[in-house]
Amino acid sequence: MKKILILFAHPAFQKSRINKILIHGVDDMEGITLHDLYQAYPEMDIDIEAEQKLVDAHDIIIFHHPFYWYSTPAILKEWQDLVLNHGWAYGHEGIKLKGKFIFQVLTAGGEKMAYCQQGYNKFTIRQLLRPFEQMANLCQMNYLPPFVVHGTHSITKQEVLEHKTTYLELLAGLRDETINLDDLANREYFNDYFTNK
Amino acid sequence: MEQGGFFFQALVYLTAAVVAVPVAKKLGLGSVLGYLLAGIIIGPFLFGFIGEEGQDVMHFAEFGVVMMLFLVGLELQPSMIWKLRKSIFGLGGFQTGITAAIIMGIAIIMGFAWQTGLAIGLTFALSSTAIVIQSLNEKGLMKTEAGQNAFSVLLFQDIAVIPILAILPYLAIKGLVTETTDVAHHSSTWVDGWPIWGTTLLTLGVISTIIFAGKYLISQAFRFIAKTDLRELFTIAALLLVISTAALMTMIGLSPALGTFVAGVVLAQSEYRHELETDIEPFKGLLLGLFFIAVGASIDFHLIAESPKLIFGLVAILIAVKFVVLFVIGYFFKMGLDKNMIFSFSLAQGGEFAFVLLSFSTSNSIISSDVANPLIAVVAISMALTPLLMLFNEKLIQPRFGTKESVKEADEMQEDKKVIIAGFGRYGSTIGRFLQANGVYATYLDIDPDNVDLLRKFDLKVFYGDASRNDLLKAAGAAEADLLIVAVDDPNKTKEIVATVKKNYPKLKLVVRSQSFLSSYSLIEQGVDRIQLDFLDSALRMGTDALCYLGHRRHESFRASKTYRKNVEKFIPELSEVWQDKSLLISEAKKRMQFLEKSMLQEKEDFHKEKDMGWDASDIIKEFGEGKI
Repeated sequence: MKKILILFAHPAFQKSRINKILIHGVDDMEGITLHDLYQAYPEMDIDIEAEQKLVDAHDIIIFHHPFYWYSTPAILKEWQDLVLNHGWAYGHEGIKLKGKFIFQVLTAGGEKMAYCQQGYNKFTIRQLLRPFEQMANLCQMNYLPPFVVHGTHSITKQEVLEHKTTYLELLAGLRDETINLDDLANREYFNDYFTNK
Repeated sequence: MEQGGFFFQALVYLTAAVVAVPVAKKLGLGSVLGYLLAGIIIGPFLFGFIGEEGQDVMHFAEFGVVMMLFLVGLELQPSMIWKLRKSIFGLGGFQTGITAAIIMGIAIIMGFAWQTGLAIGLTFALSSTAIVIQSLNEKGLMKTEAGQNAFSVLLFQDIAVIPILAILPYLAIKGLVTETTDVAHHSSTWVDGWPIWGTTLLTLGVISTIIFAGKYLISQAFRFIAKTDLRELFTIAALLLVISTAALMTMIGLSPALGTFVAGVVLAQSEYRHELETDIEPFKGLLLGLFFIAVGASIDFHLIAESPKLIFGLVAILIAVKFVVLFVIGYFFKMGLDKNMIFSFSLAQGGEFAFVLLSFSTSNSIISSDVANPLIAVVAISMALTPLLMLFNEKLIQPRFGTKESVKEADEMQEDKKVIIAGFGRYGSTIGRFLQANGVYATYLDIDPDNVDLLRKFDLKVFYGDASRNDLLKAAGAAEADLLIVAVDDPNKTKEIVATVKKNYPKLKLVVRSQSFLSSYSLIEQGVDRIQLDFLDSALRMGTDALCYLGHRRHESFRASKTYRKNVEKFIPELSEVWQDKSLLISEAKKRMQFLEKSMLQEKEDFHKEKDMGWDASDIIKEFGEGKI
């Protein structure tokens, strides 16, 4: 059984609609740790030692957050900057993350069609996530395709609940190692693994 | 039994109460039944410890009912009354009217004149405010829908007594023989012989005076008294307020209970509300207990023994008629079956007003005394049966319904305040305003009458009172509160408050302001949930400012202040374990402070010793690219 750490970042969780549903109750599942960063560090004063211990204790790391300016909310960047140290996460002696899995769970306002060369966002989600892919490479981690919920401004509750079901399926699959990683590697989104089997 | 003197009487009453009430409570019968039983036992017809003077005691003890209505009024904001207007006039009006009509009909069928019938009908339509409210309160049903509706009906009945007293004299039957000449009760008011419009104007005038005085004058007076810092003087003033209102109302021939109720409602918004509540409460309890004992003692067993069938038949008719009428009205007012049962069972009895009205009717030649006496027994028995009927409903009928009425469901009367702030000076009021800005409306308590007055001018709902007293905390709602914030500036007072809370409300979360390290240690020992050193934050902000003025980078200084604060907050619980030993405390505290200063300095100079390492490139340069940049 693999252990999963969800690093959740939402600076206005109270007002969130989608993420409230997605995140609700996931930590009731065995093997899943939900770490709400803005709740843990209201002053952004990240406890580096504690965070590194937490990462150490898990096999799969998920950045779960709304997609802000094609990236993460500020605290996750702060987390990367401070926790992923040279000599710990990367460098000659930095092998603590080696072999762990990492990917993102995103909610984005734009539809998928907006994220292509013809769309107003010009680039695909995968292109925009390159810095994270490279972060994984440098830390010798296995990068998995992102799980994306698009069109959050117009999505219905029913659709969100469907995404939630997929999310839970995904978490259970990763935890129980029932997901075919070779198949997954060829997918653009993690979602596709479930929708076009 | 002869009079026996004051001490002997007091001995009898108190002993009876002390023995009977706990037993009744233990048996699950409620205190009202306990008092009634005590009254029956010591009354003239069983053991005869007290004689006919029980009647006088009852008149005196009726004042307990007056106090109870004052307290009920204190719990009710005027806006609540407005909300309840439909049930007061709808439920109350229909109940009183229909019940009176049906009983009048029965009386006429039994061969009485219509005047007598009407008087009996109106008399029997009224229920017992004392028994109903006390019982509902004890069962925690007062704030439920059933409780509110029952209260509305009682309120209407209290108002209805005024016109009933006004019309009864016109029902006099010529030639009716009356034995009694007891007219002491209501005939000698100050307004006898006034025309109706005169008394109406006067009534309105007096009620406006009560409202005006309650709103503008009483608070001033209480502030003046509170400043003397004499507890008992405040109690005296509170009693004076209730008694003078009652006296005024009696003088103009109105129900004193109604007057004090109005006074209570007016003062419900006053800053002295909780203080008044705690001061009057014990007197109310005492007098009401006495009242119930007197009711028990007044049940004339000789009379019952003479014609048991008649008396119990009438009791059955009275309860059945009232119950059916209440139940039908409740049904039309769309009460759930379970709530309707509570409502109908609780109000199906005669009330204490019946004693007054029956003697008034006798003296006005409407009812002859040989009719009135059994009726008095009927009312008393029906009152004594009420707690039993409610128990019957609770134990045998309610369990049949799947849905028990939960207090949460209908909490119109409940205030939505779950946080109490004790101490509302500069510190506490900042917290309070901050909470308000976030939609949390706390109950505020402060002990300085001038401060309370000032803050009231800023529209803050501050109550006067000492938060280290359990009764005051209780009145402020400590039993239901989720959080108590102690923000007073006197460390000894803080300790007292914490001790009171820990003793009486062990589950209440405590967030406490602490003025010094030393008091923090003892507060931790007392088991508070969170401590804030009141100087720490502002001192560190000032320190940060100082660093900035000296040319340090602002973000760095800010982060340093957070590190410093975090460490100090970590020391406090650690040091609380050794604080009793002064020299050990000093050495331990010194050790920690020195370590903190040293490590922070080191971190400043040598980045990768501690945190911030990710922002430091010296390591990376060493490994990947020294010399190339």
